[in-house]
Amino acid sequence: MSAPYSEACPSVKNILLLDSDGKRVAVKYFSDDWPTNAAKEAFERVVFTKTQKTNARTEAEIAMFENYIVVYKFVQDLHFFVTGGDDENELILATVLTAFFDSVGTLLRGNVDKREALENLDLILLCIDEIVDGGIILETDPNVIAGKVASNSIDSAAPLSEQTLTQAFATAREHFTRSLLK
Amino acid sequence: MAQPLVKKDDDHDDEAEYSPFLGIEKGAVLQEARVFNDPQLDARRCSQVITKLLYLLNQGDTFTKVEATEVFFAVTKLFQSRDLGLRRMVYLIIKELSPSSDEVIIVTSSLMKDMNSKIDMYRANAIRVLCRITDGTLLTQIERYLKQAIVDKNPVVASAALVSGIHLLQTNPEIVKRWSNEVQEAVQSRSPLVQFHALALLHQIRQNDRLAVSKLVTSLTRGTVRSPLAQCLLIRYTSQVIRESGNNTQSGDRPFYDYLEGCLRHKSEMVIFEAARAITELNGVTSRELTPAITVLQLFLSSSKPVLRFAAVRTLNKVAMKHSMAVTNCNIDMESLISDQNRSIATLAITTLLKTGNESSVDRLMKQITNFMSDIADEFKIVVVEAIRSLCLKFPLKYRSLMNFLSNILREEGGFDYKKAIVDSIVILIRDIPDAKESGLLHLCEFIEDCEFTYLSTQILHFLGVEGPKTSDPSKYIRYIYNRVHLENATVRASAVSTLAKFGAAVDELKPRIFVLLRRCVFDSDDEVRDRATLYQNTLGGDGSVVETDKDVKDFLFGSFDIPLVNLETSLKNYVPSEEPFDINSVPREVKSAPLAEKKAPGKKPTGLGVSSSGPPSTADSYERMLLSIPEFANFGKLFKSSAPVELTEAETEYAVNVVKHVYDKHIVFQYNCTNTIPEQLLENVIVIVDASEAEEFSEVFSKPLRSLPYDSPGQTFVAFEKPEGLATVGKFANILRFIVKEVDPSTGEAEEDGVEDEYQLEDLEVVAADYILKVGVSNFRNAWESMGADCERVDEYGLGPRESLAEAVNAVITLLGMQPCEGTEVVPPNSRSHTCLLSGVYIGNIKVLVRLSFGLDGPKDVAMKLAVRSEDETVSDAIHEIVACG
Repeated sequence: MSAPYSEACPSVKNILLLDSDGKRVAVKYFSDDWPTNAAKEAFERVVFTKTQKTNARTEAEIAMFENYIVVYKFVQDLHFFVTGGDDENELILATVLTAFFDSVGTLLRGNVDKREALENLDLILLCIDEIVDGGIILETDPNVIAGKVASNSIDSAAPLSEQTLTQAFATAREHFTRSLLK
Repeated sequence: MAQPLVKKDDDHDDEAEYSPFLGIEKGAVLQEARVFNDPQLDARRCSQVITKLLYLLNQGDTFTKVEATEVFFAVTKLFQSRDLGLRRMVYLIIKELSPSSDEVIIVTSSLMKDMNSKIDMYRANAIRVLCRITDGTLLTQIERYLKQAIVDKNPVVASAALVSGIHLLQTNPEIVKRWSNEVQEAVQSRSPLVQFHALALLHQIRQNDRLAVSKLVTSLTRGTVRSPLAQCLLIRYTSQVIRESGNNTQSGDRPFYDYLEGCLRHKSEMVIFEAARAITELNGVTSRELTPAITVLQLFLSSSKPVLRFAAVRTLNKVAMKHSMAVTNCNIDMESLISDQNRSIATLAITTLLKTGNESSVDRLMKQITNFMSDIADEFKIVVVEAIRSLCLKFPLKYRSLMNFLSNILREEGGFDYKKAIVDSIVILIRDIPDAKESGLLHLCEFIEDCEFTYLSTQILHFLGVEGPKTSDPSKYIRYIYNRVHLENATVRASAVSTLAKFGAAVDELKPRIFVLLRRCVFDSDDEVRDRATLYQNTLGGDGSVVETDKDVKDFLFGSFDIPLVNLETSLKNYVPSEEPFDINSVPREVKSAPLAEKKAPGKKPTGLGVSSSGPPSTADSYERMLLSIPEFANFGKLFKSSAPVELTEAETEYAVNVVKHVYDKHIVFQYNCTNTIPEQLLENVIVIVDASEAEEFSEVFSKPLRSLPYDSPGQTFVAFEKPEGLATVGKFANILRFIVKEVDPSTGEAEEDGVEDEYQLEDLEVVAADYILKVGVSNFRNAWESMGADCERVDEYGLGPRESLAEAVNAVITLLGMQPCEGTEVVPPNSRSHTCLLSGVYIGNIKVLVRLSFGLDGPKDVAMKLAVRSEDETVSDAIHEIVACG
């Protein structure tokens, strides 16, 4: 039933967040191309090993394999990937990657590493949920995404980047106590 | 880049302790989920537990049915909490658990309450969750709310409803189609993303209505589309409309081209690229149309963003396949990309250059590539090797430097696939460029001196045996071949022996020397090698004297082997249990594996060493072969036409039956393809009872029942009729499927002994005039029309009455006549008032027919048609008119 790309809506096949060993931090698949967990893990392994040695820390990089286009960007020990079909507009996929990468950056307040990501896994999962719904791009503005996700920890729906210092301090303190209690 | 690495090392030890999920265990988390049932909910605690559950699912853990249900029921309790964050997590886990339909009911009311809540965040998310887990019946209940949500003033809510609509269209199209008005309103939304989602949904609702899509595109391309994503969509839809409106290039400008070109100046790179790509993919794009697109892509080539460079070079690479001249302007930018950090970009740049390069730049290019080859992966190298092969075929004079390049990389390290690609390329060059033969063969000889792949060695030895004896000095290859007999494994030794024998058989001067070598091989440790050596020794004859061996034997051993292996295999299988001696001549040669024809076919992937990939035979071919295998049909003569399958049952009935009509000169055969879709049944003696009382000129001559029809494996039964010779006799046939049904035990799969006779009513089948006309196109209709002459021309005018559209009328006539539309004239440009359609075909009795149809709109809906027919026989021209007059 799949229409040729030129008539189809841009779509995302998966969003992956892996650590520096290629292990999952958070992943979400929107396509049936990988029916089993084993197939998913195999794909992640290929993606990880083939991109591992590249320098994708300043600009998003791109690669193509197995008829998929993967755009990716790394920071600290986190590897961000967005996959699309081989006919997809590369720049649309890159926009989704930027949305994911930057909104996670905002949500984790700049401390983007694996530990922080796992401690705020709920935020990461909500973030993915706000970017793509069943393969269709829902929102691409990182500030709006972060705002939607973070609206649970602050009362107003104001984007996080526009928080006042006091607010930021309050949330940071709350965060700190939470990690102490664990 | 070094900094994060150092940091990581420092933290590495305590990092493990810090993972909040260290030592997490499914059982324990499921226990923890009991907090969901507490009367006093601790929202934060509950959120944490949900996160843990999601973490487990994310890591690939699965919940059993019972576990999932338990978690689901516990989660539904959490709707009592008013905590925003917790509610978001509840939505998330409900989607992940994807509850079954009887469970969904439990949360429906809570979600519907959220859908009408004052908090927009709740509404948007509740819509997405509900639509994800809902089914058709529930959907009708919430439809009203969804329609409201689509035009909601909050963009997040509207987007949620629209995106859900896109998903639901796959499962419940009839419901979603009722939302058109709301969706149309949403297309005008001020929010960019709402516009994007609305446009996507609106197009999907209307995608089968070409006129509506065309109208949509026309109105939107004039208006303002705010979101870049929506703009990309619109570009895609526009190129679809352009594609379907056919080629209007001779009449001047292509419709909508200006819009696409305008998008090249958009402020978003995403849109610029989408438009550039759309232009390069236009059918029959002219160089004038291409230029602006190539210019923006060229700018992208020097962008600092790898994604942009990749997108541009990939598109240019595709353009280079068809319009290499258009891309040459970018060559300088492309050359600088050879050293790009991103190897995908570099490889694409190189292969593009290889396609666009001219003869003079080949040497310079090869120098650059040599440096590049050492540091890319095998998969990229294969792409480069293939590009070099086609370059060499394009510039045969340059074979020397290209062949040298191939032989150099052949000596370097590499995996099997890479080496095979190189060897295949050399073989193809040897075949197609005679000058390259000798040097190519020597390169291959050198390669097998040190080749670790048995498969490649044997293939090369075989190839040497074929090509080597035809060279000016065959003796120089003998050393390489005989070395194999000493140094290699048994498989390679055996094929080396065969190759030696081929040299001996083909070159008389070499025969005595070959004979000596073969004699040495008789003492080999391997049976096969010894056997081959002995066999060839005997056929070639001793002491250099030419022995008068049977010519057939020689042909068989050294000639080309032209029997399809599949057929040989079947024949040998039949031979094993039989008593008769095997005769190679009895093996049928019909199967068209056609390895020779395929080798030269341009554009196709060239096949390497005698590996032929025979594509699936055309359906007409396979029908003919199948019918020939039935003796009763063998004397019907040549098959004229086989129709496309006509369904005789509704979809999803117990038995699915379709029919193919095979037309012969004096006969017609109905082939009923039956499928039994009931696992608990086995059908036997399946036959179709045909009532031809409404087809008086047909008389049944034969029917072939189907012995048994098990579940889900299609079978055929045939009924043949005699009809007046050479005439296009039409008629209507009533069909009843009759069979014996036997119950099958689903556990054992065995059928019961006794069966019951039963019947099943099928739909009627008609033999129409179109069944007697073959679709055969002509390349130049005008020439064909002129050369046919006006002798047997018949012209008349018809009123077709009110029609839905001009296009619909054109299609109806084409289907009625069953002829081949020529020169793309079957496509009617939107909004046109008149149209000319050209058809060609072959009438039964092998009579060529050409038809020129001129349609015009007469009043708002009435269509009038002028039909001009030319053929080799005036009775046929009349017959065509009769078809139209009766239709």
